[in-house]
Amino acid sequence: MAAEPRPALQVDGVTRRFGAVTALADAWLKVPPGEFLTLLGPSGCGKSTLLNLIAGFLEPDQGEIFIDGALVTEVPVWQRGIGMVFQNYALFPHMTVAKNVAYGLAARRVPREEAARRVAEALALVKLTGMEERKPRQLSGGQQQRVALARALVIRPKLLLLDEPFSALDRNLRGAMQVELREIQRSLGIATVFVTHDQGEALSMSDRVAVMSEGRIRQVGTPEAIYRRPADRFVAEFVGDVNRLPARLVAVEGETALVECGACRLSVPAAPLAAAAAGTAVDLFLRPEQIRTAPPGTPGLTEAVVAARAFHGDHADLHCDAPGMAQRLLLRVPGHAAEGPGARLALLPDPSADAVAFPISG
Amino acid sequence: MTLGPGLRALQVGLRLLVLAIIGFILLPSVVVSIAAFSDRAILTFPPTGFSWRWFEKALTYEDFQQGVRNGAIVMLLASSIALVIGTGAAMAIDRYRFRGRALLQAMLLSPLVVPHFTVGLGFLILAAQIGMARTYTLVVACHVVLVLPFVLRSVTVSLRNLDGRLEQAAASLGASPRRVLFTVTLPLLAPGLAGGWLFAAILSFNEFTASLFVTAQRTQTLPVAMYNYVREYADPSMAALSAIYIAVTALLLVLANRFLGLGRILGVEHGR
Ligand SMILES: Nc1ncnc2c1ncn2[C@@H]1O[C@H](COP(=O)(O)OP(=O)(O)OP(=O)(O)O)[C@@H](O)[C@H]1O
Ligand SMILES: [Mg+2]
Repeated sequence: MAAEPRPALQVDGVTRRFGAVTALADAWLKVPPGEFLTLLGPSGCGKSTLLNLIAGFLEPDQGEIFIDGALVTEVPVWQRGIGMVFQNYALFPHMTVAKNVAYGLAARRVPREEAARRVAEALALVKLTGMEERKPRQLSGGQQQRVALARALVIRPKLLLLDEPFSALDRNLRGAMQVELREIQRSLGIATVFVTHDQGEALSMSDRVAVMSEGRIRQVGTPEAIYRRPADRFVAEFVGDVNRLPARLVAVEGETALVECGACRLSVPAAPLAAAAAGTAVDLFLRPEQIRTAPPGTPGLTEAVVAARAFHGDHADLHCDAPGMAQRLLLRVPGHAAEGPGARLALLPDPSADAVAFPISG
Repeated sequence: MTLGPGLRALQVGLRLLVLAIIGFILLPSVVVSIAAFSDRAILTFPPTGFSWRWFEKALTYEDFQQGVRNGAIVMLLASSIALVIGTGAAMAIDRYRFRGRALLQAMLLSPLVVPHFTVGLGFLILAAQIGMARTYTLVVACHVVLVLPFVLRSVTVSLRNLDGRLEQAAASLGASPRRVLFTVTLPLLAPGLAGGWLFAAILSFNEFTASLFVTAQRTQTLPVAMYNYVREYADPSMAALSAIYIAVTALLLVLANRFLGLGRILGVEHGR
């Protein structure tokens, strides 16, 4: 067996409680060198807690943390060799941009000339050359965030940690910063843990995503795997839009299971249904772009009536009512498709659909 | 927008009230300052003539000069010591949860409630008990206790306004706790520290009641010297001295406001 490269970060069974609240329960993670990993989850799920444990601002109740192969569970923050970017930037208001960026170098007693050279390089990297003598309050939000990034990178950390760094920026700027951060991260090859509650941001930026909820890591995988093969109901519903349809488990054959919904049979991954018996009711999950429309009367998943249509240029969203379903169904059809409010449709699964099913109330 | 006559009358009334309050507060200072320019050897108001002679007397009178020197020494020592103790205590109270934390806070603020008379008398009895003469040490110790609450308050307000993530950021960049303290925490607290020190200094310099108990002839501060003077004489040099006092204190406050922001020092304004 080929030796695995030493992970840049390893989190082994870490638990952290605040009083009666378990903010993080038994978390396991391995981040190989150069990987961009995103912690994704709703507010209060423990993302910041995990990041602060990695950084050393919190101590775990159980478990161990390794950075670059070294056990750091008991090592104070300032000796962990990490770079951290905070949501509110946390720039030192009494220092110039250059002094802010040089702070970590001064703490490491890097000689003055080398420090000046590295500060200039770091500012060039984030495209802020010429701003050296400004104070943070004289910069825009985007510029401040770049300074924070330069300040964290100039010390050549073993691990870069970012806690919702772009949530205070407006949408256009955020998109630009996402691309820029990813370019810089890739060019430096630095292992990165990025926290966000924005699933679009997570899917578009990451090498891998760890989806969290209620203090637990639910699934770790590539954005595509998370989107196409969610491991549980929470992940399916939290990442991307999804439709839930009533279905029945027909049979389990090895890795795949067969479920029946309306007049259709679909194969789904068997793992989540391992405990369910044939014949029991299950929930079938299909993405909006995985449902096709057909003339009414065609045997399919169900019949539906279009209640509203939202045009988005290249595609349109159809919000449909189906008999016996409390929730509206969402369909994504080409922008030129003609179906409008009031239209009756039969719905069919796309032949290439990655359907998943979970036991009811799982 | 046009106002009804009733509203306008109310507005004029309010303005007059504000003027009256300002006048009432300033009245004693104004009366004393005017009386200081009298040319007669007895305090009268309004003065009958004009002269600078009482200013001259006030500035050259031996006991007053001694009082200013003593007061300055006590002021510098007491407010600096109180600054160090107050900053340490404020940080401990703000950052750590320890047994007796609330008690410590109450103790440090208690001189605000206890009369200066009591503090002075207490120090006097203690000094007598341990056979300590009425030295500078005694005066300084007494003043430290009296001004500590003001330093504590001022530093506490600044600490509340300090963003803890700045210290976290510094630590994440490799700064030891000591380095964080000296390069981030203290520089950001500096205006609050300077303000607290200044208030402590002014309070110490003006303090009379407790000083009366703990000073001796050799260590008496200016207010005590002034008190001893008025017990014997009633000439306008007292008024002249008061006028100088007011002018100097006002100047200090104007400077403090200019460079530090008075609102922040007094703790009435939060953050920027
Ligand atoms: N210092 C603390 N004291 C008490 N409870 C805390 C503390 N920090 C976090 N918690 C609790 O732990 C849980 C996880 O919090 P955490 O800050 O990690 O969430 P998060 O995923 O970062 O959320 P958000 O997206 O809102 O930042 C929450 O229930 C929170 O209330
Ligand atoms: Mg958070």
